[in-house]
Amino acid sequence: MLTRFFFTLREHGVPVSIREYLTLLEALRAGVVGADVDGFYHLARAALVKDETHFDRFDRAFGAFYRGIESVAGPGAEIPLEWLRRQAELALTDEDKALVESAGGWDEIMRRFRERLAGQQGRHQGGNQWIGTAGTSPFGAFGYNPEGIRIGQDEGRHRSAIKVWDAREYRNLDGDVGIGTRTLKLALRRLRRFARQGAATELDLDHTIERTARNAGLLDLAFRPERHNAVKVLLLLDVGGSMDEYSRLCSELFTAARSEFRHLEFFYFHNCVYDHLWTDNRRRHTARTPTRDVLHRFNADWRLVFVGDAAMSPYEILRPGGAIDHVNEESGADWLRRLVGVYERSVWLNPTPEPAWRHYHTIGVVREILAGRMFPLTLDGLDGAMRALVR
Amino acid sequence: MRFDGSPGYVATDDLKLAVNAAIALGRPLLIKGEPGTGKTRLAEEVAAGLGLPLLEWHIKSTTRAQQGLYEYDAVSRLRDSQLGDPRVQDIANYIVPGTLWRAFTSETPVVLLIDEIDKADIEFPNDLLRELDRMEFQVYETRTLVRARHRPLVFITSNNEKELPDAFLRRCFFHYIRFPDRDQMEAIVAVHFPGLKQALLREALETFFAIREVPGLRKKPTTSELLDWLKLLLAEDIPPEALRADDRRTLIPPLHGALLKNEQDVHLFERLAFMSRRSPARDG
Repeated sequence: MLTRFFFTLREHGVPVSIREYLTLLEALRAGVVGADVDGFYHLARAALVKDETHFDRFDRAFGAFYRGIESVAGPGAEIPLEWLRRQAELALTDEDKALVESAGGWDEIMRRFRERLAGQQGRHQGGNQWIGTAGTSPFGAFGYNPEGIRIGQDEGRHRSAIKVWDAREYRNLDGDVGIGTRTLKLALRRLRRFARQGAATELDLDHTIERTARNAGLLDLAFRPERHNAVKVLLLLDVGGSMDEYSRLCSELFTAARSEFRHLEFFYFHNCVYDHLWTDNRRRHTARTPTRDVLHRFNADWRLVFVGDAAMSPYEILRPGGAIDHVNEESGADWLRRLVGVYERSVWLNPTPEPAWRHYHTIGVVREILAGRMFPLTLDGLDGAMRALVR
Repeated sequence: MRFDGSPGYVATDDLKLAVNAAIALGRPLLIKGEPGTGKTRLAEEVAAGLGLPLLEWHIKSTTRAQQGLYEYDAVSRLRDSQLGDPRVQDIANYIVPGTLWRAFTSETPVVLLIDEIDKADIEFPNDLLRELDRMEFQVYETRTLVRARHRPLVFITSNNEKELPDAFLRRCFFHYIRFPDRDQMEAIVAVHFPGLKQALLREALETFFAIREVPGLRKKPTTSELLDWLKLLLAEDIPPEALRADDRRTLIPPLHGALLKNEQDVHLFERLAFMSRRSPARDG
C-alpha cells in the first residue's frame, strides 16, 4: 500500500528514490512511530524529502494520498498548467513576480488555484474571489477563463518571450539536467587555472629531495604556496527588459561564478555595451564607470564573459546614437569590437535557446563580432564557453 | 535510546521524531534552517540528553574529507628518521586520527556533529559517502580497516550556502527547523530566562516580531539574537515601557545593536519608525 504512496509522491514531483523509500519502511519496521498519521507524516517527510523547497509538494502529495482523491487539475486533468503558467509569466511585471514569490511561489499559488477551482462551478467574470477575467482575485490576473486561455495581446511587443515559451526547448534542457547553482559550478570548474600564490605552506617534495641530496642526505625541507584558482573573469551582464525572464538563471550563474572565481569583476549594461557600464542597478545613472576605464583597469589577462540575449533593434548596435536610453557617440558594434580586441579570450553566453538565434538579426551581428564564440546558457553551452576561454 | 527534548532546549514534535528516527536506524540527520534557530545546539542537547560524549567537527572552506578520517604526518616521520628515533619504524605512530576516526573507535556511542558542511568544497560530501554509510574506512598507510564499534549519531548542519549532492542526501534523514512562532518563542525564552517578567517578555516579543516583519531587511534577527537582546535588556534593567512602539522618546528599541546587524537595516528601521510615528499624528 505504501508503494502507491511512493508513486503518488513521484507524480507530484517529489524526487524520491527507492533507497529513501526503503529507509522509510525500515524506520516503520523499527517502530519509530506508532499508528498515528502525524507521526507517519513527519517520519515520511524526514526520510523522503531532503529539500525544504519540496515540502509543499510533499504536503500536496500526502494530502492527495491520505484523502485518497486526486486534486483537481492534477496529472492528466484537462487544464494544462503550463499554459497558465506561461500566460502568467508573460503578463506579470517584476512587482507581480515578487508578489508571487511572497505568496509562496508558483506551487503554492497553483495549489490555491486548484482549491478555488474545485469550489467554483461556472464561468465567472469580475469580482475578486473566483477565477475569471477582469477580476482582482490573484487568479484573475492570469487571464484564465473557462473557455480557454487568452493569449496575450502584447504578442508583438514581446515577440521573444512568446517564441521562447512556445518552443519550450529551453525548458526541456533545463528540466532534464536540473540546471542549478551546483551544476553550473561544476561546469565553471573547467575554467580553473591553478597558480601558486601566497604563504608557503605546502611541502614541495621534489625540491625537498633535491635539497636534501645536496645537503648530504640531511633533511632540508622546501615549502611552496598552495595552489589557487588564479583565473580572472570580467563578467558583463545585460539587465535590459528582455532579460527579465532569464533573471533566475542569470542570478544562479552569477552566484556560481562568484563562489568559483576569486578574481571576478562584474558590470551591467543595457542591451549593448556603450561608453558606460555600472555595478549598481539602482544608481546606474549616477555611479557609472566609463567603459574606457574598464578597458584600462583590467589587462588582457582577464577573460571576458558577456551574458545577454543580444536581441535588440539593429540600430542599437549598428548606429551611433541608437542606444535605447542615451545618445551614444560610437555605435555598440564599435564598443564590442574594442572589448573583444583587448580581451582575446572572450565569450558571449546567450540565454535564448540556440535554435531561435537565427530569428534575430542582432544575434548574428554580435556573433560575428565575437568570431562565433556565442554559446547558449545551458550546461553544454557553458562547457563549450569554458573550453573557448581556456584556450 | 530516545530523545525527548531537554530542559534547556525546546524541540518540536517533528524534530524529536526526526532525531529518534535517525537514532533508531543509525543514519545521519541533516539539519537545515535559518541561522540562529539552534541547529548546532540540537546536537549538543541530544548528546547531553542521552548522556553521550559529543565530538564536533567544524567545517571550513579549506577542510577536506580526509582530515576527518586521519592524516599521515610524513614530515615528522622524516624528521624523526634523521634523528634516529625508534618510533620511526612503525608508520602507525605518524597516523593522526581525525574526528570521524575518534567517533568510530570510541568505547561508548558518541554524538558526532559535522557543523556547517556547506562551507566546504562542493565535492566534500561526496567524499564522505562510504564513511557515513558503512561507518568504516581504510587506512591505506597501515592497511587496516577502521570500523565503527557503535554507529555514532551523526548530526550535520547546513546553512544552504551550497547545494548538497543527491547521493549524499539520499543517505540522510532531513529536518528543516522552521522559525519558531510566537508560542514556541515564548517557550524558548522561558527556558533561557526563567522568571522573566511577563510585561517585558510581551513587549520584547512584540518588538522582535515587528522587526522581523519589516520588509526589506538585509538580515532578519533570529532566536539567538533575541536571547542576546533579552540578556542585555535584563542586564541594563530596561523597563518594559521603554520597548513599547508608541513610546515617543526613542525611534528604535533600546540596545537594537543586538538585533540589527548592519547599518542599512538600522537606517531602514529608523525611517520606517519615523514614518509610522508621523502617520498617527497626521490622523489626529
